[in-house]
Amino acid sequence: MEEKVKDIDTDEQQEYIINIGPQHPSTHGVMRLVVSLKGETVKNVEPHLGYIHRGIEKMCESLTYQQIIHLTDRMDYLAAHMNNEVVCLAVEKALEIEIPDRVKVIRTLMSELTRIQSHELFWASYGMDLGGQTCYFYGLRDREMVLDIFEETTGGRMIVSYNCPGGVMYDLHPNFQKRVKEFLKHFRKVLPEYDDILTNNVIFHERTVGIGPLSLNEAISYGITGPSGRASGFSCDVRKHEPYSAYDRVKFNEVLYAEGDAFHRYLARVEEMRESMNIIDQLIDNIPEGPYAVKMKPVIRLPEGEYYQRVETPRGELGVFIISDGNKTPYRVHFRTPNFANLSVLNHLVKGFKIADLISIFGSLDFVIPDIDR
Amino acid sequence: MLTSFGIINYLSAQSGPWWRVFYDFTSLTKNIDAGLHNAMSPFWTTVTEMVIVGILFLLFYAVIGLFLVYAERKVCAFIQNRLGPNRLGPFGIFQTVADLIKLLFKELIPIKNADHFLFNLAPYIVIIVNFMVLAAIPYALGLHAVDLNIGIFYVIAVSSMSVIGVLLAGWSSNSKYSLLGAMRSGAQIVSYELSVGLALATVVILAGSMQLSVIVEGQRTGWFIFKGHIPAVIAFVIYIIAGTAETNRGPFDLAEAESELTAGYHTEYSGIKFAFFYLAEFINMFIVASIAATIFLGGWMPLHFGADNGFNRIMDFIPPVIWFFAKTFFLIWVIMLFKWTFPRLRIDQLLTLEWKYLLPINIVNLLIMAFIVLMGWHF
Repeated sequence: MEEKVKDIDTDEQQEYIINIGPQHPSTHGVMRLVVSLKGETVKNVEPHLGYIHRGIEKMCESLTYQQIIHLTDRMDYLAAHMNNEVVCLAVEKALEIEIPDRVKVIRTLMSELTRIQSHELFWASYGMDLGGQTCYFYGLRDREMVLDIFEETTGGRMIVSYNCPGGVMYDLHPNFQKRVKEFLKHFRKVLPEYDDILTNNVIFHERTVGIGPLSLNEAISYGITGPSGRASGFSCDVRKHEPYSAYDRVKFNEVLYAEGDAFHRYLARVEEMRESMNIIDQLIDNIPEGPYAVKMKPVIRLPEGEYYQRVETPRGELGVFIISDGNKTPYRVHFRTPNFANLSVLNHLVKGFKIADLISIFGSLDFVIPDIDR
Repeated sequence: MLTSFGIINYLSAQSGPWWRVFYDFTSLTKNIDAGLHNAMSPFWTTVTEMVIVGILFLLFYAVIGLFLVYAERKVCAFIQNRLGPNRLGPFGIFQTVADLIKLLFKELIPIKNADHFLFNLAPYIVIIVNFMVLAAIPYALGLHAVDLNIGIFYVIAVSSMSVIGVLLAGWSSNSKYSLLGAMRSGAQIVSYELSVGLALATVVILAGSMQLSVIVEGQRTGWFIFKGHIPAVIAFVIYIIAGTAETNRGPFDLAEAESELTAGYHTEYSGIKFAFFYLAEFINMFIVASIAATIFLGGWMPLHFGADNGFNRIMDFIPPVIWFFAKTFFLIWVIMLFKWTFPRLRIDQLLTLEWKYLLPINIVNLLIMAFIVLMGWHF
């Protein structure tokens, strides 16, 4: 104890350094934040990554394209479908295959269901981060219905691995349309409940409005995409700007706000759930007949060259960059994951706020840690 | 020292209808007291009575604690669309007993570089404070361990001592999470102590006494929340908010904010010492609710309107013990609803709420109450 007393002579050494993580209830995974505090005010946050690094990009170099898809599930496990889709789209673009309409619609439907369940989990865990534990159970209750739909069609609940180059693995389950309509009917009814318990709560407003504001310029220069970027007014929805699958034939609004604080990042996600329901509404009755996949060769060799494809995941823009040397395995694969880019802004956002706000800001950026580390 | 057992109750001298006599514990306690006096010297009588009361309170403490833990789990399960404990015994009522047995047998992990004396002392301070407050609460007519003439003052003074246990726990654990939690808790309890005290003082003005038995007796013609109308209702609401904050519960559980500080001041505790803190939190909730029930909702006094009429007599048939616990558990249920519905406040917002809103409202409210009592505008 005496030694510590002697050390305290400069302001820097008075910093109170606290480790949030690697095991901590509100980092939602193995993420370590080294937080310097002065009193309760955060002076600096240093995220330490790599606790769940599995070398997915390197592993991809020794796997065929069909095999890569099953690895990508494990990056952003809450958006498994989009992670599969991005590789499939890149491969299809490289091979210049025409994809049947049915596949496009199925992929879009599955993507939007994935988006809804991911935002539901965000809503649930954000409520729990702020101390409202009931939210967690409400959110998971409704998410369960989406997972059941996935299970019926794909066999998987979270890690679906439903896509394959040229289409999807299996046709839709006969119950799919009925189940999705049931879910939409139920979810339209309970979404106002979400607003009652959290969005319109005074304490929730106190905790989030004006906390961690991010301006448009900062959002662009840090590369913040997804609902977090759109809450700052950064129009970055890949579905709008570079439509893939069936997004060019549906009407939906890009949810944009100007404030960019934690509350609007939250609100953007809740509104996106509504937009996703609209997209599903437009497509669910018009699933075209036809084959659910194009017949592909058992060994796929991409022509030599570089290919890039991006999709919109619930957390932002996911890009895959494939360099092929003409072999059955890629020469190099790089993923531009939204969480890694979004994490870069954390220190900038939390400086000067209280430690409780750190949790609020961290939660509002909606991280999935395995996606950061890959 | 005999006050520690027999209630000084001027009521017992009065004769009343049979149910009043029947539900009166005074005759029972008086008989036991007289029997002991016949058997042994006054000194040993006092000692025996103290031991008996101590054992009764220990049992009461354990039963209430276990019941509240079970109730909390059931209430939160009800709100969260779950079933809650339902395996052990009918409706899972033995679940908390099993949990307690588990905690009793768990290892007490020694902490390196902790201040062991203070570390071990802290849970006992919290528990002892709980006992001291429980002793002053009137549970029913004649069921009242100590009836001090400064009852409310004593309750406020003693219950604020629990912050010492919390601060000691945080400081001696040698953990950063614990220290932050303890500092938050210190700031919070000391601040909200003011609101609790002033809200109770508002009613003391109306009752004209600090003695809890007199306060309960004063509600014979109507509970104070009805008698004191507007200022009493304001004081009641403030008391419930401040009381919840003082027990580190509900939206004010910053001291143990699990999403920020894992478990706050008791992060490093394990086994039965953790159970002490855990139990103390629930008993604190019981204390806050029972004080609120006693001061605002008449304690064990049945629902009365006016001096003596048919309605009052029907209400008198329900025993006072049931009245007391029904009111207390209703308030506990309300406090539990808070906890499971609202998100948590931030520490500066918490202090803002107290110093900028609750305290000024409280002081004005106190003046209004004094004015109303002066003018005789209450019922």
